[in-house]
Amino acid sequence: MKPPCKECDPLWREEFSVRKAGEAYVARCQFTKFLTLTSLGMFVGNLWILAKSFVSRQVSYPEQAIANLGEIPVGGVKVFQYPNPGEQCLLIRTGADEYAAYSQKCTHLSCAVYYSAENNRIECPCHEGYFSIRDGSVLQGPPTRPLPRVVLTRRNGQLIALGMDAEPES
Amino acid sequence: MDPSLPHRRRGLTAINGAMALVVVLVITQVWLLSATLDSFLAGRRSAALPGAIFSGLLFLGCGALYLFILRIERQARKEEREKP
Ligand code: FES
Repeated sequence: MKPPCKECDPLWREEFSVRKAGEAYVARCQFTKFLTLTSLGMFVGNLWILAKSFVSRQVSYPEQAIANLGEIPVGGVKVFQYPNPGEQCLLIRTGADEYAAYSQKCTHLSCAVYYSAENNRIECPCHEGYFSIRDGSVLQGPPTRPLPRVVLTRRNGQLIALGMDAEPES
Repeated sequence: MDPSLPHRRRGLTAINGAMALVVVLVITQVWLLSATLDSFLAGRRSAALPGAIFSGLLFLGCGALYLFILRIERQARKEEREKP
């Protein structure tokens, strides 16, 4: 057997670079490395949300006439598509001179919601999620986010959609 | 730390402590990410910036603890090699 060499490591040390006693260190070190990379991944996720929030701030919605005033009766509903074709929204006449409009897509799992005139609220048939007609906030059920509201204005006897507002009015 | 403990045991205790801290930081970051995403989807964009800043700080904390663990591990291996 060759005498131990001071300058160079023997072959076995190259191939089994960790002594058994040092295994605990290496295992913990690698696990912490994995956790740190997970942490980096989540930081990147947060940066992505930040970037998205800057980009979506600049989204502009089209102005679109959605109904004539008085076209629907009190308690009546009209379905329209806004802001893009295929994105269904509900226009609800809640009083003689009051209208509200919301996206028809439930914020839980995207079922189509409907207006329940007898309970005066918006209901989702899938998991019984209920939304307030006043501001779209969640009254009951699994949804955690309010229904996106369509911002309305009146012009020349018409109701005009100006944009979407995902936050309930305070 | 008890100075009577052998050096290896003390190193391991320090690594265990740092690792537990990293686990806590990562769990906090998971919660932060889900809360920020939830409020972003709800249209509250104001939460995105503080969320990203805190997440960055937590990541820096994890990185610092990882470097600390790496240093202890290197030291231990060096001592191991220097053993006759
Ligand atoms: S999809 Fe509407 S409550 Fe679940």
